[in-house]
Amino acid sequence: MRKIIDTVIETVIFICAILSIIFVVLIFGFLFKEGFAFFKDFGITKFITGKFWNPSSNPALFGILPLIVGSTLVTVGACVIAVPIGVMTALYISEIAPKGIRDILKSLVELMAAIPSVVIGFVGMITLVPFVRIFFNIPTGLTAFSGSIMLAFMAMPTIVTISEDAIRSVPWHYKEGAFALGATKWQTIRRIVLKAAMPGIIAAIMLGIGRVIGETMAVMMITGNAAHIPDSIFEPVRTMTATIAAEMGETVRGDMHYKALFAIGLVLFVITFIVNFIADLFLGKSKNK
Amino acid sequence: MSKISVKNFNLYYTNFHALKNININIKEKRITAMIGPSGCGKSTLLRSINRINDTIEGAHTSGEINISGKNIYDTEMDVDVLRRNVGMVFQRPNPFPISIYENVAFGLKVNRIASNKSVIDETVEKSLKAVLLWDDIKDKLRKSALDLTLERQQRLCIARVIAVAPYIILLDEPCSSLDPVATRRIEELMIQLKDEYTIVMVTHNMQQAARISYDTAFMLLGELIEFEKTEKIFTNPSRKETEDYVTGRFG
Repeated sequence: MRKIIDTVIETVIFICAILSIIFVVLIFGFLFKEGFAFFKDFGITKFITGKFWNPSSNPALFGILPLIVGSTLVTVGACVIAVPIGVMTALYISEIAPKGIRDILKSLVELMAAIPSVVIGFVGMITLVPFVRIFFNIPTGLTAFSGSIMLAFMAMPTIVTISEDAIRSVPWHYKEGAFALGATKWQTIRRIVLKAAMPGIIAAIMLGIGRVIGETMAVMMITGNAAHIPDSIFEPVRTMTATIAAEMGETVRGDMHYKALFAIGLVLFVITFIVNFIADLFLGKSKNK
Repeated sequence: MSKISVKNFNLYYTNFHALKNININIKEKRITAMIGPSGCGKSTLLRSINRINDTIEGAHTSGEINISGKNIYDTEMDVDVLRRNVGMVFQRPNPFPISIYENVAFGLKVNRIASNKSVIDETVEKSLKAVLLWDDIKDKLRKSALDLTLERQQRLCIARVIAVAPYIILLDEPCSSLDPVATRRIEELMIQLKDEYTIVMVTHNMQQAARISYDTAFMLLGELIEFEKTEKIFTNPSRKETEDYVTGRFG
């Protein structure tokens, strides 16, 4: 009897484990099927390097270069803001802050991760967007810059928590060795702690990027959604995710536009897959030490 | 002549009285060994000499430790300068996860002893030669220090200390993670180094103390029981506790 229970439970656990793999494979397969059909009809080079996205013109134009530029610009902008602040916060929490402040800060950062992206988008829309418009004296505050700032908030919890983990797991004897050689606290942090924690910090940044690249709601609300290649970060852009979310409802199932959106999904999937893969690579590296 | 002179020194970890009124004078350019059973305070005393215990939360002290006549617990003491002059080698080899070269150069850079590359190169070479590592690894200086064997890692840690030219080297059970052959070689190295440095060593291994040290301190439960010439400690100790310990009756 006990053996039977064992076998049953093992089977249930096995099915649960295999289910998630099946789902991923199915999603990928579905994306691939629809996306690939589009590549065959429209041409993959024309799709990726095309400068105009205009599905309702005649002939319809499905060039996603503006969307790739939009996503990249917003992501890079968010990283430029979130990485230094995030890593410094992680350093402060793990190395400098007294225990009380450390606990408060840690829970606040974790709380930040729990804010729904639509709320971040909404708050950004009514506070940041007008501020950017007035402060930089530009026609609209719905820009890649505003999107970067709001997305930086969303990437920060990931960057802080995972970097903090990496920094805290730097063995004490490295620090002790540095202190014993007459290094100050900051020298120890800069030359030893950061170096030892670097694989983990890079993984944290990569996971942060993964979060930002896939983010939809907030960017849709803040970046202005103009599908053109911007001249600067102070112009509206449209990201890949926002395009899919905004246009999926208007398409006819099975037509070119519909398939094009799947093709964008496929491109996005490949990008996030690569980013996550790099993150995993570095996470593995930081654990092996 | 005594280099390190400890006067009425007490150390507490929060409420635990770890070192009880220690008085000891350690001679210059000799190897002094500290022995005693686990938890007797020998490592704590060693770690008080470069104030690395300061990094432990809740540690506080009273009394004095004078090095070359200056009390290192004086409020005016610059701890970073102290630690540069009093090097320390730890129980487990702890090279930094950077290249061999950078490990040795680390102390020079953080203490701003040298910034000129040729001077650093020269010091790195000299330090690695002093620990008899140079010939084996001179082609691998850019490789990670973590790829070395444990013995070589420990030699590297000693080289790293020598590079900043301290007067005193503290070693906290430097051979406890090494095999007997490597232990023998590190001991030989220490014997060579004693001509230039004042060496204080904590060891668990009484034979090691007997083999290489000039003076030996025996500690028990936070107190210094006896401090004498090594030979006397091992052949004719004046205290009963010392005799019981060195003859293996406890510990």
